[in-house]
This record gives sequence, structure tokens and C-alpha cells, in this order.
Amino acid sequence: MAILEILTLPDPRLGQSSRPVEIFDAALRDFVADLEETRRAGPAAVGIAAPQVGCFQRIVIVDVSGRRKTPNHGHLILINPEIVHWDGFAIGREGCLSVPDYTGNVIRATHIQLKAQDLEGQELAFEMEGFEARAVQHELDHLDGLLFVDRVVSRRTDLYRRKVYQT
Amino acid sequence: MPDWSMLTLVGADRPGIVARVTRALYLHGCNLGEASMIRLGGCFTMMLMVSGGERRADLTAALRPIAEELGLRIHLEPAPGGLHQHLLPNLQVRVFGADRAGLVADVTGILAAQGFHVLELESDVAGDAERPLYIMSIQGFCERSIESVRAALAMLSDDGVSVDVASVDLLIG
Repeated sequence: MAILEILTLPDPRLGQSSRPVEIFDAALRDFVADLEETRRAGPAAVGIAAPQVGCFQRIVIVDVSGRRKTPNHGHLILINPEIVHWDGFAIGREGCLSVPDYTGNVIRATHIQLKAQDLEGQELAFEMEGFEARAVQHELDHLDGLLFVDRVVSRRTDLYRRKVYQT
Repeated sequence: MPDWSMLTLVGADRPGIVARVTRALYLHGCNLGEASMIRLGGCFTMMLMVSGGERRADLTAALRPIAEELGLRIHLEPAPGGLHQHLLPNLQVRVFGADRAGLVADVTGILAAQGFHVLELESDVAGDAERPLYIMSIQGFCERSIESVRAALAMLSDDGVSVDVASVDLLIG
């Protein structure tokens, strides 16, 4: 087990796309263990993606289970994850281990359907909402070389929540 | 530790102000930090943290020709602290209602009594001249619960002012 070095902006490698994982072996499991240790070593991150430590494979970890009143699927290791459906949108404030000392508002889908594989290559499927869905979208962006700063909307941009009228 | 100053420039809006001012600052040897630049009414307003350059008096003198040409008023003073002093908001308060004098004082007075620290406030007047609508968004930090802040602001609803308090959820990923 080891704590890996986190790439931070303006490192150009963070803009690189990651390749799918094809071999599900002990080396993959060892790497994921290191990735998790690295996530826990930092400032309360609810997720981490492999390219943040310079490994350009489609691997992310998401865990929002430590947060109060937050629907979640526990500690998730997602290999080759893919969002297959999006619904709704909301603004939320995000920060990133790779962008120290900056937070910004980002628009994300509020509901997603997600496909992925586990450490053994078995297919997984999830329906997610809210904070967990946001965390997954944030981490999956890393796999395509995108950071939340690529999506930040003006601090003055705000969307007024529409009132829902009962009919 | 760089020596930071807060530079404020305000004047009638026109294209090119930012480019001219920041070029002059650069040529004077200044480095820019956090900045807020926005059109308010018909004015363009710039507040920016600057460091480096020569003495403050020289900076004002260096900007004077551009300021006179563009019709900008300049204010420069030492800025305490520096970069990396971000405070994170945990609550957002959104208010809108028929425009009336005292609305901002009422809302922020209630918030201050709750110990709410305003980190950012922006407001706009929408609607039309006959029926102006005041819209305000405040982000800040408050140790009291969202329920407490919401309850304190509820009295404004009786006046037909719409008030919404939401938590600002920060995600670090």
C-alpha cells in the first residue's frame, strides 16, 4: 500500500483521456488499494479517479456514505464506468484534489443511470441521484481529461429553483 | 510575502476597459490576484488585488493617463492578508420580491442576528419601471442550523417576499 502523488493543475496530463481496463488481475487490485489510500489521505474527498495519480485507465472510486442524509450505494470501485442516462440538472459547488484552494459552481445531472465493472470484471448497474450522482459525474470527467474548472459557471450565475405546483 | 493593494476603478462602461487597465498594470510590473469586474447600472466596476510594481503613489500616477482617457475614478489602498484566504459558504439565501426600500437591510439584518457571515451578495433589479422586482442571492457561513435561519427569515414571507434558504454542498473529488 502506498499514498500516490496527486497531479495538480496546470499539469497537462490531467487533460489526457484514459484507456479502458482490459485485465482484471492482482495488479489492478493493488492499484485500487493505493488509490483508495491516497483518497483517504487527502482532504475529505468523496471520490478519486486514476488519472489524478497519473494512471490513465478508466478507474474511479466514489464513496459518499460518510455524509449525513445522503442516498448512496456505499463504497464504490467503478471500472470502465459509463453513464447511460441523465435526467434533471442542478448547480452545486465543487472542489478537487487536483485543483487546490479553489471551488466553483458546476451544473450536473441530478439523476443518472450508470454501468460499470467491478474488480473482477463483473457488470454493475446503478441508479443514482443527488450528491452521489454529482460525485460520479465529477470523477468520470477525469477519465475524459476534464476537470470541474472546465465546467464552472459564473459565480453570479444562479438558477432559481422552479416551484412545483400541485395540480 | 508580496505586498498586496486593493485597486478600485469605476467609470462609464465601454468596451476595452479591462484590456487597457490590465496592460498598464502589467507594464508597471504588477501582478494580479483575485478580482471582481462587473457592469453595475451603466458603470463598469473593477476591484482587483495587485501586488508588485513600484510604490503605490507611482502606480496611481501610472494609471492616471488611462483613467483620464477612459473616464475612470481610481482608488488604491493596502489590502490586508493576501491570496489563499478563501472562506467557504455553507448556506445560500435567495430573495425576490416587489422592490422596496429597506429590503436588503431587512434580510441582512435578520441574517446578522443569526450570526450569518455574508461572503458574497449579488442583486439585480428586474421587471419593468412600473413594477420593479428585486432579486438577491447571498452566500455565506452560519454556524446555526438551516432551520434556524429559515425560521428567522420566515417573517418576510408575510410581506410577499419570497425567501429560500438552501445549503451549499461542497463536493471534493
